[in-house]
Amino acid sequence: MHYISLAVETIFINNIVLAYFLGMCSFLACSKKVETSFGLGMAVICVLTLTVPFNWVIENYFLREGALAWTGVAALAALDLSFLNLICFIAVIASTVQLVEMVLDKYFPRLYTSLGIFLPLITVNCAILGGSLFMVERNYTLSESAVYGFSSGFGFALAIVSLSAVRKKIRYSQIPAGLQGLGMTMILTGLMSMAFMCFAGIDL
Amino acid sequence: MAATKKIITDPLSDNNPITIQVLGICSALAVTVQMETAFVMACALTAVITSSNLIISLLRNHIPSRIRMIVEVSVIASLVVIVDQVLRAFLFELSRQLSIFVGLIITNCIVMGRAEAFAIQNPPGKSLLDGLGNALGYSVILLLVASGREILGAGTWYGMRVLPEAYMGNGLAVLAPGAFLILGIIIWVQRTVTNNFKDD
Repeated sequence: MHYISLAVETIFINNIVLAYFLGMCSFLACSKKVETSFGLGMAVICVLTLTVPFNWVIENYFLREGALAWTGVAALAALDLSFLNLICFIAVIASTVQLVEMVLDKYFPRLYTSLGIFLPLITVNCAILGGSLFMVERNYTLSESAVYGFSSGFGFALAIVSLSAVRKKIRYSQIPAGLQGLGMTMILTGLMSMAFMCFAGIDL
Repeated sequence: MAATKKIITDPLSDNNPITIQVLGICSALAVTVQMETAFVMACALTAVITSSNLIISLLRNHIPSRIRMIVEVSVIASLVVIVDQVLRAFLFELSRQLSIFVGLIITNCIVMGRAEAFAIQNPPGKSLLDGLGNALGYSVILLLVASGREILGAGTWYGMRVLPEAYMGNGLAVLAPGAFLILGIIIWVQRTVTNNFKDD
């Protein structure tokens, strides 16, 4: 039950795009067509679900103060390497993306071609690094972090697919020249974020 | 001389990283609830982007082009770690409020974008100016959004009261939707004033 409530909270109330502004660049750039946004959403779900728990292991068994106690060496146990977490996380993310790419290429070539350029680009998507950093800040356990990773990816996919659907609808609307494109998308996102805020207060 | 000046002034309005190039939006929205956090964030980004441009430009003839992305990311990540540690040492309270967003400078597209588009093929002096110009363009928008949100949200500006005490404060401006709406309006005004109707 605790996990369901964490998932609902992450997807709807604390949506990673609409409440924390993470991954805005790709959110704005790739939401012109529903198909591409769906592909990107799926790729983000895959990578977040893998990297958040993986980074949890790195943080808790290597970087955190006293995390190296399992080695049994006193000098290592006293070490606090947490200042290295940014560099380690980005390296983990880059290599996970590479790994996912290779596995998909080998076993699911159709999915691989449909995701195309989005997979490598995900390395520099702030939603991915942000997910891992939030995991550290909120002290999740391993299973919580897996649930958190999946549901924040799902929240991203939900938001980007719905934005692209709305943008498709307004393609023929009369919008003032200066507001076309980015300006209107920003305001649409604002309205969507208001709608998602209505979920606040749901407590499972 | 004119070309050098253009490197700095261009990103301020005609080629602004946020409103025209659509880069680095995440942090522009997240840290702008108050002027103070926005100002610290702007300084942090200026430090990172100018020094990363300088370092990458100095190394540009030694980086094999196949692995240049990895080199760029590691340079940027090390700079961000330094900035993060400095903020934690001297401005602990503010770095708490900025939470993960200092770390997220690593994935800020402006830094990577300038390294990839400018510093990798231009001499150090020019790259430094280009970094500075883009950082200023980013900071201007950041401070504008923060002013709008703090004045509307709390009636204060940089902690000083500007609207009368009777002003209740508009909760919407403090929350996420307010940030999107204010940035949307700034983009509208900016594109109309500079006549830049790029369709993206």
